[in-house]
Amino acid sequence: MTVEFIEIARYPYILIVALLLVGLYGMTVKRNLLKKVIGMTIFQTSIYLLFIQGATKQGATIPVLDPALGNEDPTLYMNPLPQVIVLTALVVGVAITAVALSLLVLLYRRYGTLDEVELLRRMKEQAS
Amino acid sequence: MSQIPALIPTSLLLFALVSLLVGLRSARGAQLLAVAGMLFAFGVSALGLREVAFGGDTLRYAVGNWLPPIGIEFVFDSLAAYMTTLLTFTGAVVTVYAPKALAAETDGRQGMVYPSMLLVLAGLTGMCVTGDIFNLYVFLEVAALAAYALLALGERGAPVATLRYLLFGAVGGGFYLLGVAYLYFAAGTLNMAELATLLPELQESRAVIVAAVLMVLGLAIKMALFPMHFWLPDVYTNTASVPAALIAPIMTKVSAYAIIRLWLDVFPPGFFTEGVPIAAAIGWFSAAGILYGSVLAIAQHDYRRMLAYSSVGQLGYIGLGIGLANPIAMVGALLHIVNHAFMKGLLFMVGGVIKLRTGRTRIPEFVGIGRAMPWTMVAFTIGALAMVGIPPTAGFFSKWYLLLGSAEAGAWVWFAVIVASSLLSAIYFFRVIEMIYRDPERDSAVKDREPVEADGAPVSMAVPIGIMAGGIMVAGIFNVLIVRALLESVVAPLAGGG
Amino acid sequence: MMDPTFAWQPVVAVFVSAVAAILLSLTGEKRRNLRDSWTILAALIKFGAVFSMVPGVLAGETFEATLVEISPGIEFALRVDAAGILFAMSASFLWILTSFYAFGYMRGGNEVKQTRFFAMLATCLSATIGLCFSANLFTFVVFYEILSIATYPLVTHSGSDKAYAMGRQYLIYAITAGMALVAGMALVWQAAGTLEFQPGGFLDADMGTGMLWAIFLCFAIGFGVKAGVMPLHSWLPNAMIAPTPVSALLHAVAVVKAGVFGFVRLTGYTFGPELMGAIGAAAALAAFAGATILLASFIALTKDDLKARLAYSTVGHLSYIVLGIALLTPQAMLGGAYHMVTHAAMKITLFFCAGAIYVHTGKKKISQLDGIGRQMPLTLAAFTVGAVGLVGVPTVGGFISKWYLAAGAVDAGQLIFLGVFLVSGLLNAAYLLPIATRAFLRTSEDHPVRNEASPLMVVPIAVTMLLALMLGLHPDGIFQFFSIAELIVSDVTGTTFGEGGTP
Repeated sequence: MTVEFIEIARYPYILIVALLLVGLYGMTVKRNLLKKVIGMTIFQTSIYLLFIQGATKQGATIPVLDPALGNEDPTLYMNPLPQVIVLTALVVGVAITAVALSLLVLLYRRYGTLDEVELLRRMKEQAS
Repeated sequence: MSQIPALIPTSLLLFALVSLLVGLRSARGAQLLAVAGMLFAFGVSALGLREVAFGGDTLRYAVGNWLPPIGIEFVFDSLAAYMTTLLTFTGAVVTVYAPKALAAETDGRQGMVYPSMLLVLAGLTGMCVTGDIFNLYVFLEVAALAAYALLALGERGAPVATLRYLLFGAVGGGFYLLGVAYLYFAAGTLNMAELATLLPELQESRAVIVAAVLMVLGLAIKMALFPMHFWLPDVYTNTASVPAALIAPIMTKVSAYAIIRLWLDVFPPGFFTEGVPIAAAIGWFSAAGILYGSVLAIAQHDYRRMLAYSSVGQLGYIGLGIGLANPIAMVGALLHIVNHAFMKGLLFMVGGVIKLRTGRTRIPEFVGIGRAMPWTMVAFTIGALAMVGIPPTAGFFSKWYLLLGSAEAGAWVWFAVIVASSLLSAIYFFRVIEMIYRDPERDSAVKDREPVEADGAPVSMAVPIGIMAGGIMVAGIFNVLIVRALLESVVAPLAGGG
Repeated sequence: MMDPTFAWQPVVAVFVSAVAAILLSLTGEKRRNLRDSWTILAALIKFGAVFSMVPGVLAGETFEATLVEISPGIEFALRVDAAGILFAMSASFLWILTSFYAFGYMRGGNEVKQTRFFAMLATCLSATIGLCFSANLFTFVVFYEILSIATYPLVTHSGSDKAYAMGRQYLIYAITAGMALVAGMALVWQAAGTLEFQPGGFLDADMGTGMLWAIFLCFAIGFGVKAGVMPLHSWLPNAMIAPTPVSALLHAVAVVKAGVFGFVRLTGYTFGPELMGAIGAAAALAAFAGATILLASFIALTKDDLKARLAYSTVGHLSYIVLGIALLTPQAMLGGAYHMVTHAAMKITLFFCAGAIYVHTGKKKISQLDGIGRQMPLTLAAFTVGAVGLVGVPTVGGFISKWYLAAGAVDAGQLIFLGVFLVSGLLNAAYLLPIATRAFLRTSEDHPVRNEASPLMVVPIAVTMLLALMLGLHPDGIFQFFSIAELIVSDVTGTTFGEGGTP
């Protein structure tokens, strides 16, 4: 049996998957709600990176057809679409984070903690 | 190029902006603008619906005049028309209903609620009209963001529940986006129509399979398909009546719609049933969800929590229709989207009235409401009967088509689940009906309970409730019109591929 | 666009009471006389519409009305045939009497929630006539379910803890039955691709015995619950907690006979007698029905509560009809069909009497009825006629139906069922006649003077008693029930009857 090494071009993907898992870990295991939100952000970032990585091309240039810039070979263009997607997704992600943070602020003001267990306990206390 | 597809979400966005500005000053003005916006969008949808159903043409709009597959395309076909009409209709009804309940349950600027409602609708209708899988993600998150803001209103537990929903929703959205990435790298386009022509050759590709699984998984989380429903009961229980009445009937359904859209119009016929058994998986999870949701609903004492678990079960019907993979069952699933929207909308609105007039939310405390507000309770009874599936209410027909579908597919376990679930829902709904009509004076079991002394529903709430109750009956008796005009063409792709 | 053959009579007959239900709800308790006149008006119109179709049906005409397509390929449609009109005639005629009786009963007993009561009763009648005239299984099931649900508020009417417990039991049975029907209907659609009733049936043997049995079982559960076939009967005696007019009309005529009528539609118009016999389903049904007749009669003997005894008697007599259908011979079917009418007339008389006694004297137990014949002679005379009729003594309707049932059992070569009919006749005598003898022959100080209940109750009692007698003495008088019953059997089996009901 021969030992197969993973192709060098795949390392970024492995890192992306690792990042994704770190994010999910943070969201599920951490008790602090702020850390959960951080996990969420890491998770989302890994997806953006996947888009960027998938569109990467060695030695590519901007996709503008203008001889003045020296770009005459369309095969050298960088595909702009994934980057545009990421730009949009980033905005969405920021908005989600903003809403999450505002909820956290609200919770902290009400209960004085962001620890999930403690928070639920205090919530129950206040209710009764 | 028709303006109708673009007009629906953009008009809602525009109205959201204006009503935000007005809402800073006057909640009343914001509400009127919101009603106007929803009605306008509903009118446009209905116009488009008429063209699609009777003209037989799909309406298309290329955003910024960038023709597809390069630009984003809005497509208004039967399915989209069906969905947007339902969404805007429900939205308008709930917005009319809103002010009294909001005034009672929230403090602060109620004017800010209406722009959020419009934004939710803009996002959801956008999901329905878009012909671009990434654009769908954006609209999905637009709707979700506005929904988080709305749902955080309400009782003390609401922000925590909403934060959990947000985290789950982010994962769901993330998975969907991940799927989009895979699909894009495999096929090189995001346009649904273009994908549909390219994917048949790529269906063996691992990237496409992974993409399909991830996208469906992401949407299933958003749809609260069992066992990814954890976030739902807490959210619906704790939030205020208005967000519940707006979001519970339609939000999760649109994610179900997105799954159906992917299946029917993006991935090649048979892809979800043969290569990867996605449909079967959805079906089994749904069947389990129906039983789980119904059983847990029986165990609840809080009215809203009961409805929330009932939603988990009812979403299972839609999932079951997807899982059965034949036209008649899919018709059942699609009909159930509308039927359940009417039923849940009605039931949550009734819950809001009860809370407004009596402050009660626990079922054992509902003693005597039947006498205090007889007509509201007649509407409630219609809604409950529809949930159980008593003909000729709408709820019966979606179950009927699903039964026919499972008989056709020979899926006898699912057949039995559908039959059994009616009995289970009868148990938890008749428990409420019984309590409503009990009379402490003559009934030793409830003699210690304080009967409700309250006025009936105010007109602004009674009318929306009446409309929903009427909708349940009309959608039941005339369901064939909907099926023939719209749904038969929608499910046509299933007829050939099986 | 209106279909040229669209007949208005069935539509009017079905929906007039639904309209009345809405009108009387809007009228309300404050104007109770106006409210109650809606009921009477609807009852008269309903009966008139049904009766107007009798000559046509006997002449071989069918009245059809297609209302709306309700599921692709399935129409919500009414069609009037002999079987439907037989049941519709008895139910709509008895509703007129029950309405008057109910005014007396409800006002005499100062019952609450009368508006809801009359609205639900009217709804039930709409559903009953609707299922009589259903052209296909789907329409039938829709009305069947409406009937189930609309009966629930009537069962829980008294609002007591016990009433709700019974109501809960009733609902569980009714909803299970409804679901079984819907499941069976889905199977029929899958197997046959149609749900349209056809005389002689539309299913055939190449659908596979397994499928046919599955269909049969679903329907047997669905109809068996309402028809009180053991072991699905236990809701019925408990549902007697409802006010007596409800017990009389719904739990002796409309609701329970809806189940029996379901068996008629199942055997005669869905499977067809031949197929029912071929797969052995008829034999199984007959066995259950036969056992029910005997067991119910024995249980009735042990009951001291008058309504409970009548309830078990009903359970037994419903199975007479089911057994008549399941024997599959023309004479047995004729007897079964005719028993639907005769039993209705006799049993409603008995229930009316029980209700009159309760409202007038407050007595519910048989052991308290000593000498009550002196106080209420007319009521108890009517009771005696009804009881004698159920036993099967000639001159009352029950004799004729039992005669044909017994003859049918002989025809079928099933002597064991002949034995069942004879034994149960004796048992009927054993549990019903002592009530009459006790009332008239014993004396008690409780009932010194003669005073009857309100005429609103006594007159309906007298009319139903006369109807029971007429059915025995002149089976084809006025309403022509016997001819209709003959027509049903010849529709289903193709046998035609000569003079006096001999094939």
